[in-house]
Amino acid sequence: MTAALMVRDVSLSFLGVRALTSLSFSVAQGEICALIGPNGAGKSSLLNVINGVYRADSGDILIDDQLFSHPTPARAAKIGIGRTFQNNALFRRMSVIDNVLTGLTRQGKAGFLELAFRLGRYSTEQRIERAQAEDILAFLDISAHRDAIVGQLPYGLQKRVELARALVALPKLLLLDEPMAGMNKNEKAELSQFISDVNRQLGTTIVLIEHDIGVVMGLSHHVVVLDYGRKVGDGTPEEVRRNPDVIAAYLGTRH
Amino acid sequence: MLFLVNIIVAGLLAGLMYALVAIGFVLIYKASGVFNFAQGAMVLLSALTFVTLNEHGLPFWLCFIITVGVLIVASVLIEFLVLRPLVNRSPDTLFMATLGLSFVIEGLAQLVLGTDVHQLDLGIPDVPLKLYGLQVSDFDLFTAAVSILLVAVLALLFGKTRVGISLRAVADNTLAAQSIGIRLPHIWRIVWSVAGVVALIAGLLWGNRQGVQFSLSLVVLKAMPVLIIGGFSSIPGAIVGGLIVGATENLADIYIGPLVHGAVSDWFAYILATAFLLIRPNGLFGEKPIQRV
Amino acid sequence: MSASKLAGTAHLGGTVSQAPRLSGRRVAILVALILIYGVIPIVGNDYWLNSLIIPTIVMGLAGLGLNLLMGYAGLISLGSAAFMATGAFATFNLLLRLPILPLPVVLILAGLIAGLGGLIFGLPSLRIRGFYLSAPTLAAQFFLTWLFQTYHWFSNNSMSLVISAPRLEFFGYDLSSSRGRYLLVALTAGLLLLLAFAIIKSRIGRDWMAIRDMEVAASVTGVPIARRKLQAYVVSSFFLGVAGALWAFAYLGTADSNTFSLDKSFQVLFIVLIGGSASLLGNFVGAAFIVLTPIVLDILVPVLGLDTYIDQGSIANIEPIIFGALIIFLLIKEPDGLASLFSRTIRALSIWPLRR
Repeated sequence: MTAALMVRDVSLSFLGVRALTSLSFSVAQGEICALIGPNGAGKSSLLNVINGVYRADSGDILIDDQLFSHPTPARAAKIGIGRTFQNNALFRRMSVIDNVLTGLTRQGKAGFLELAFRLGRYSTEQRIERAQAEDILAFLDISAHRDAIVGQLPYGLQKRVELARALVALPKLLLLDEPMAGMNKNEKAELSQFISDVNRQLGTTIVLIEHDIGVVMGLSHHVVVLDYGRKVGDGTPEEVRRNPDVIAAYLGTRH
Repeated sequence: MLFLVNIIVAGLLAGLMYALVAIGFVLIYKASGVFNFAQGAMVLLSALTFVTLNEHGLPFWLCFIITVGVLIVASVLIEFLVLRPLVNRSPDTLFMATLGLSFVIEGLAQLVLGTDVHQLDLGIPDVPLKLYGLQVSDFDLFTAAVSILLVAVLALLFGKTRVGISLRAVADNTLAAQSIGIRLPHIWRIVWSVAGVVALIAGLLWGNRQGVQFSLSLVVLKAMPVLIIGGFSSIPGAIVGGLIVGATENLADIYIGPLVHGAVSDWFAYILATAFLLIRPNGLFGEKPIQRV
Repeated sequence: MSASKLAGTAHLGGTVSQAPRLSGRRVAILVALILIYGVIPIVGNDYWLNSLIIPTIVMGLAGLGLNLLMGYAGLISLGSAAFMATGAFATFNLLLRLPILPLPVVLILAGLIAGLGGLIFGLPSLRIRGFYLSAPTLAAQFFLTWLFQTYHWFSNNSMSLVISAPRLEFFGYDLSSSRGRYLLVALTAGLLLLLAFAIIKSRIGRDWMAIRDMEVAASVTGVPIARRKLQAYVVSSFFLGVAGALWAFAYLGTADSNTFSLDKSFQVLFIVLIGGSASLLGNFVGAAFIVLTPIVLDILVPVLGLDTYIDQGSIANIEPIIFGALIIFLLIKEPDGLASLFSRTIRALSIWPLRR
């Protein structure tokens, strides 16, 4: 079985401060893998390394067993890595549908003149991308807000719009950075259901950061625990729960 | 060889004048993260106020005090009318607002004080002396001394006093500074006032050399490349940036100018700054921000 | 809806066919078209056309050019006039040196040459952003105007360095009357407005706004940042170049390097800020404001009896105060500009009779 994602010996530091230290783990195809650990453990930094926002000091990222060399956000998007951010990274002054449509921008083939003068491939592409965006809006149940300006929507809906933008291009690998932060119990249950649907029905491999242990245990197949940039646990939710190092490093500090 | 040295020295001296203007920008940038386009207008306003009072026969020290008073009033008004309503808006919005502000200040200053060119004589001869073969005037030496003194005073002010420490806290982390009880509007008013005094000193020195007139407000444009090279958040950077711009501009005029049949000093500094940005986006002394996402 | 249907993508949604009907919007566009291309050329006298309408349209077009760059793509420029100058000098030289080319072709080529200039000075935007972009754009402003002034070839070695259009005609139809120049300006602006609209509504405009709102997120989402930024510079400079040519030859008649000084760049910037960033029609509102203010001031000051206090020279100082204060006010209260203020008012007024 190929690994959808393999992190191999990755280290990262900021101005001499270690954020990640020789970190290695792999995520199987079709898995939901949760990254957990206390604040500052390096979880978001790791996602940023995987999709090229940060450049690792050393180590490799492999996607589908292929070395992902010289990662940049643009290359990551191209090879099918979708991403949401911890604090919403939406285009605040644009409508919901326009936000989602940007997720499809790189699949377009029409050139500048075709787009500017509405010639050639313009209308076909336009129709197809509209339909794809509408489908994803319906799937995440936000069609009613299609034309709303994103910055004016409540937080929970914004989170869903961001998920829609990441999903619309049907990525192979989806990185979710605290998708449920700031949500109430019902909203969390609802979004968990969406994430699980995406995973089962589209076969998308998902790596997510989440603090709510209940959500993590219910949703994920695989848990990786980080503490101070090092891996302290890796296994099924059940294994991780029993791991004494994890209890000391993570659960211990919380309770 | 002496010719080359003289060109460089003349350039460095001109650069010191740029640096004086640039220091005012750095103060405000550190306190509020704003590139204050209106700093050039403040230079014009202060020089114009001073020279008008002086022409009415007031003694030098009184003109200075009254002008400083005018600048403090202006700073309080700016904080209240422009900065406070725009708090937490994007740096680009604030930049545009200071651009609007510069037009208001220039217009008001000239409406009230007139558009005539005023001569300003600080009583320091600006005739080149021969010092070991170097062409340097008393005025040049005076400018250099004032710059050094100003940097020393600012270093003391911001290193040792309460206000200075608060300012550094604000520059470091605005939210944290507010949460420990530092009042942002208060800091802004003080910093803008200090920047006003710096503008006054720059205005007097520039005004002495080229007359007090509208073109003084254009020194703001030369401060831009100076700050880009030195880094927006560093006073030593502003000085070094000023010296680099002054010296290279002068060298370019002498050595590149004849090759292209024209004075290149109109644009040389901007091209230099652009090239610099591509190599060192944070300037020589600027801190590299860690991008958080 | 289930995700299996999603994966199958049978795509029928989103294509609601609409029978053509006379909506309020269509009527408004129709009335505007009749007014602009039918009524104004007939009833407009020379003073109105020359002093008010032509400069408003041309400066509005320039504002549109900068707005595409700044309002949509979020890239600051203080050097708009440099690209207007490039368009003007290119038009002059093309008309002079390639007399077989018809005027529309010349204007398009001049716009493309200005676009090339925009491409070159836009390159630094791939590494820097925000107000740091004032450095390369000021470099463009001072370098390009210096270039046209220093190398006399650009003004065909005329002693005064002034350029004037050798001919303003289209297929034998003379456009040098004020009506002819108005039609040239109005048609060019109309076509370019359509082009801008199409670009904004396409993937390109969406990507520009995404870069403006959050560049990191845009790159993670897959927006080709470098290509879109450079496209923004080229398109913006194309519009500015055409506007510069019209300003020089359809409005002023003659021009030189000083016509396109830094002051002109600031005027264009003000038009964008007053008209509203990320708006197309707002630029013409902003331009009207810039063109009308000095005229209104000239009339108002004597009427209000202020001329005893304010001499003619001082009136020129009131203008920057008004523009500057208005910009600050709009940034604080109405970031979408005067146009949005107007359209809200108009919408309120147009709903009002229906309420009864």
